[in-house]
Amino acid sequence: MLEKVLQLFLNGLMAGAVLAVPAIGLTMIYAVLRFVNFAVAAHMAVGAFAGYMLNVWLGVPAPLAILGAFIGAGAVGIASDHVGLRRLRGQSALTLAIASIAVNIMIESTIRFFFGGSPRDYAIPLRRDWVIGAFKIGPQQLENVVIAVAAMAILFLFLAFTITGKAMRAVADNPMLADSKGIDPDRMARLAIGIGMGLAGIGGMLVGLDTSIDPLVGFRAILSVFAAAVVGGLGSIPGAVVGGLAIGFAEELSLLALPATYKSVVGFLAILLILTLRPQGLLGTRATT
Amino acid sequence: MTNYLIAMATFGAIYAILALGLNVMWGMAGMVNLGIVGFYGFGAYVSALLTVKGHTPIALGFLAAMIGTAAMSALVTLGIARLRDDYLAIVTLGFAEAVRILAENEIWLTKGTDGISGIPQPLKSTLGSDFNLAYLVFCLVVLAIVLFVLERVRTSPFGRVLRAIREDAQVAAFAGKDVLKFKVKAFAIGGAVAGLAGALYAHYSSYIVPEIYVPLLTIYIFLALTAGGIGNNFGAVIGAFVVVFFLESTRFLVGIVPWLSAEQLAALREFLVGLLLLLVLFFRPRGLLPEPLPRLAKE
Repeated sequence: MLEKVLQLFLNGLMAGAVLAVPAIGLTMIYAVLRFVNFAVAAHMAVGAFAGYMLNVWLGVPAPLAILGAFIGAGAVGIASDHVGLRRLRGQSALTLAIASIAVNIMIESTIRFFFGGSPRDYAIPLRRDWVIGAFKIGPQQLENVVIAVAAMAILFLFLAFTITGKAMRAVADNPMLADSKGIDPDRMARLAIGIGMGLAGIGGMLVGLDTSIDPLVGFRAILSVFAAAVVGGLGSIPGAVVGGLAIGFAEELSLLALPATYKSVVGFLAILLILTLRPQGLLGTRATT
Repeated sequence: MTNYLIAMATFGAIYAILALGLNVMWGMAGMVNLGIVGFYGFGAYVSALLTVKGHTPIALGFLAAMIGTAAMSALVTLGIARLRDDYLAIVTLGFAEAVRILAENEIWLTKGTDGISGIPQPLKSTLGSDFNLAYLVFCLVVLAIVLFVLERVRTSPFGRVLRAIREDAQVAAFAGKDVLKFKVKAFAIGGAVAGLAGALYAHYSSYIVPEIYVPLLTIYIFLALTAGGIGNNFGAVIGAFVVVFFLESTRFLVGIVPWLSAEQLAALREFLVGLLLLLVLFFRPRGLLPEPLPRLAKE
């Protein structure tokens, strides 16, 4: 029993690290633009398919194709925001959220139009799980964790040490003050969306590497991504990491009591619980209700 | 062709009722519900299970669907009434997914993805081939009643309080209104209406599966209400018929672009739904029929 729990804990750690990546994307866009961007789901799919084209069509190894997932989803993110959402800036957060759902549908259906709805696999070798003592680790999952951690590390370095990264944090912290210091809010918005959606793209591809991809690969995961961001505190990047791990653990440990199909219900319950007990999230600072 | 038009009009009426339910929650009380499809599905399953497994009369199924969904909605509201708009969107979306996943997995009750078949259709044996037309008339009558009742609700003092809460809950509370109680009531009324729409659908198609209640239907209803005019009951009805007409007219794309596969056409259709929603938000955010707001009293 204890071994089983520890194994699930390990699985949760790996699932949580992957989940944290798109959750950071969502929370970052929220921090700068102050609305919940539902189109994160579609951009996860964009990243997954951009990586697919590189990996399967051009033979680029998966860990390298991840870069393509980032760039592809980031570019589509900036473009879709420019065409679809920029006009509505300044309207209520709800209007923007609904508009982002419309954008989400348009992107997902575009992918479906060109690629169809049936699942596809990346060109990666099937590898046997490693057995270490009583534990099993999938090499692909471990690789995904390494990629996720690397992506997060680069992001933290960017935000902590570059001028642009600091400027972005300033905008997230206090848009008015940042504006008066001469930081261009439009540029920061574009940057946040580019990086945020790029991270969503990485997340989409990581999920796909673990399973398979189709146009709804992001949509199926979106509730868990939302849960990670909300539990950690919307707008807090360290929060999204903590939230991702928390949801990863919770979803895996739920397998002790519930069938696997109820995993995404766990995310929903986690959202309800945190909003009841601590609406600002674990690491969020702003009161949110 | 006549049969096709009758079927479309029936769907128009059912969607209109669903849009009216959403209008009570979102349009009147200002609580967005991205999970409206979950309430619709709940109503459908309540009535289907009662009439198929419990062999109760259909009328009782309808009644139970309304009461059951109203009770469930009231319960849900207690948990979410204090949430801000964007959180409400996330939570209600999650709620609908949870309902769908429950319906898919509690096979002992719902038969899972096989769905429930043989849901009785009222007077089917006596009406025979006239059933579809008669059911359309029935749906339209129900729609008219719901519209009448909700229009009364909207113009009543109760509706006025809901509007006040929508605009500023704090001020309404300060004026001595029990905000939570009003929100619970609004959600219960909206839920009852959505559950009724679900029951109407179940007894029309005679067969329900969890996949019918996918989030896309919520988007149709949102499009209907936004295009028609949030807060306006007549707008909700017109919007629903416009959306059904729009969805159906895109079927004729087959004639224009015959080289596309069925899957591509479905994708194109979804794309157009998204585009239309975005365009409405751009150019007509208050809809075709903006909400009629009472003029300020003249001095």
